[in-house]
Amino acid sequence: MCLGVPGQVTKVWEANGTRFATADFGGVTKEICLAYVPDVVVGDYTIVHVGFALTKLDEKSALETLELFRSVGLLDEELNVISTPTEPTSAAG
Amino acid sequence: MSEHLDLEGWSCPMPLRDHPQVVMGHGGGGALSSDLVEHLLLPAYGDDGGVLAQLGDAAVLAINGGRLAMSTDSFVVRPRFFPGGNVGDLAVNGTINDVAMTGARPLHLAVGMVLEEGLQLAELDVIARTMGRAARRAGVGIVTGDTKVVDSGHGDGVYITTTGIGVIDPGVDLGPHRVRPGDAVIVSGPVALHGIAVMSVREGLEFGSEIETDCAPLNGLVAALLASGTDVHMLRDPTRGGVAATLNEIAKSSRTGVSIEERAVPVPDAVRAACGFLGLDPLYVANEGKLVAFVAPEHAELALATMHAHEFGVGAVRIGTVVEEHPGVVVARTGIGGTRVVDLPLAEQLPRIC
Amino acid sequence: MRYLDEFGDPDLARALLDDIHRTVTRPWALMEVCGGQTHTIIRNGIDQLLPEKVTLIHGPGCPVCVTPLETIDRALEIASRPGVIFCSFGDMLRVPGSGRDLFRVKSDGGDVRIVYSPLDAVRLAQENPDKEVVFFGIGFETTAPANAMTVTMAKQLGLTNFSLLVSHVLVPPAITALMESPVRRVQAFLAAGHVCTVMGMSEYEPLVEKYHVPIVVTGFEPLDVLQGIRQALVQLEEGRAELENAYPRAVSYEGNPVAQQVVREVFETCDRAWRGIGVIPMSGWRLREELAAFDAEKRYDVTGITTEESSLCRSGEVLQGLIKPVECAAFGKECTPRSPLGAPMVSSEGACAAYYQFRRLEPTPVTAWGTTA
Repeated sequence: MCLGVPGQVTKVWEANGTRFATADFGGVTKEICLAYVPDVVVGDYTIVHVGFALTKLDEKSALETLELFRSVGLLDEELNVISTPTEPTSAAG
Repeated sequence: MSEHLDLEGWSCPMPLRDHPQVVMGHGGGGALSSDLVEHLLLPAYGDDGGVLAQLGDAAVLAINGGRLAMSTDSFVVRPRFFPGGNVGDLAVNGTINDVAMTGARPLHLAVGMVLEEGLQLAELDVIARTMGRAARRAGVGIVTGDTKVVDSGHGDGVYITTTGIGVIDPGVDLGPHRVRPGDAVIVSGPVALHGIAVMSVREGLEFGSEIETDCAPLNGLVAALLASGTDVHMLRDPTRGGVAATLNEIAKSSRTGVSIEERAVPVPDAVRAACGFLGLDPLYVANEGKLVAFVAPEHAELALATMHAHEFGVGAVRIGTVVEEHPGVVVARTGIGGTRVVDLPLAEQLPRIC
Repeated sequence: MRYLDEFGDPDLARALLDDIHRTVTRPWALMEVCGGQTHTIIRNGIDQLLPEKVTLIHGPGCPVCVTPLETIDRALEIASRPGVIFCSFGDMLRVPGSGRDLFRVKSDGGDVRIVYSPLDAVRLAQENPDKEVVFFGIGFETTAPANAMTVTMAKQLGLTNFSLLVSHVLVPPAITALMESPVRRVQAFLAAGHVCTVMGMSEYEPLVEKYHVPIVVTGFEPLDVLQGIRQALVQLEEGRAELENAYPRAVSYEGNPVAQQVVREVFETCDRAWRGIGVIPMSGWRLREELAAFDAEKRYDVTGITTEESSLCRSGEVLQGLIKPVECAAFGKECTPRSPLGAPMVSSEGACAAYYQFRRLEPTPVTAWGTTA
């Protein structure tokens, strides 16, 4: 229940006491509501679900997670792991 | 309930069996549409020559020693104006393309219009000029037509029906009967633009971006392909239901399997983002200026080179192969190396929140 | 999209899969709770790529699937009324009620509109003062803040023609119900990432404690799901049962306190019937008493509904992971995506629809044609 997409805030304004923003989702822009993320400012990334930003995306954490995945890959190479079953012809590592 | 209607064999959701009515899904280009055609319209129309039963985008007719292709289509899109075009572009190019997919050279169009009382003449003018321009650009003439007006509240602005005819040159033979395991499956360029462009304006699903319809006439591209010496087996334009619907239709009618590489399907970044945002699969989104070609494998490179040299084939890419396995079924290898069945869509894809 | 596409990288996916294959020595059964995760798994063919010893059970994490039949029927009734504009997320339109769905209501002349955001429904209420706008507020905790905001805004704008038909369901009670069931197969859970974005992680500690079951908060992109699975499997192999966060870029332990506050002001906990499962105590949210003016259930006296679930449908057992869809007698025969008897066959994340896609599938060796795409 969960379709939350990361978008970058490009513009912020207020209407009727509620903060709104324009967010850029990889080229698609849409107006979203920032009511639940009072600390989000222009330039920040947020996770948006049904038009509402639910949290600021922790960019540092995102990059660390990707690093973690890359290190798993290196470990596989070191151990000369046999590739997953759907690739019967590719060489290991 | 009509005594002639036997709904047992239909795939309609259960409720329709009890209260048979047309629902929006019947126009979606997916399984519900097929049902309506196969179970209600076909038996009613009758089919002496076997042509109708082929259910091609166009009918191929033998006349006076030659062959004509004839196609008709109705255009009821809302909104009538969308980024990059309007219903007039669709009405002309859509039918030109249906005719061209048989390998025919489209020559003439007939235009039927149903106008709603109250429609602004200025708007009609724009649409009509658009149609004239589109026809001239494609080298096709609008030769006859009809115009009717209905009471305000009964029409949705304007409904356009276009019928096109074209000539099939000797030696040109395209159709599911020619599709073979091993054939290369090629798409003429990036997909999902039209559907997203239209959805970007539709009520409740607005977002700003530079996504425009890809609406274009493909008869020139088809002619170039045929002239190049490529052994083309089948062509179809993936409109409603997207590439997925087209591949499924062809897999079923040719009784072969189709295997595609999901990562090979070209989707512009902004379109991909829009699809991701709405929870839509680009394979199921409509196109109006693309074709899918099934060609002999040894001519795959030639076909691609020919298309790349043409204005409307610049982004052509091979996306898959016809296979013997799983006849009638389209299977995609996913981005991470798994597989999934790409089913015929039931009806129009709906944006999801899950 | 930045911070999305990178989490679908095929090489990293392979790396995670290889590691999973190296890790697993015994059979394990995991459940992903969230429909969005099920969707990713099906879409990418992840469960085919996992070791055979690993079974993924698709949980009841599809709010579309579990919205009670009675609620759907109520929605259909209200949507049929003249003068009502009924707004809903797209997912709900094809869910069968007792004999029809919202699409059918639309074709009968009902004003049914798909909205992307609940705020669109509020806007419609502002723009159509002569109509009654009703919004179908379904979902897990993820969607509750958005749905709650519509009430807050409607109040602020002084709207008298707007109401919500609420059917929120909560994840932790569902996990409890599954673990309390006498037949329980699930050995570890992938918790729904965005639910935890809102609610935080603390609600899952007692579950880990009581049932000694690993719970890993997991995201939705292919790499996120693989990482969640990987962390859960590592715990199982090591005999641990802990609460872990595999989606740290979007989930913090506390969650979103601002959202939690607004949700508390608008909703209160209640018993909720889950379609196919039955009533799970304190597993739902409804509008608070003082907000009755915005409660479609109170505003529209919907009586005389006789709910009629198909007698053939075994979606409850499927949703609990007790049977596989293929074990249901109606599967693929009376019940297909084109003629669904129950919600899990309608929704793209429903387990039944997912299995339907796979049942004909044998991995086809894709003939390479030279270039790697």
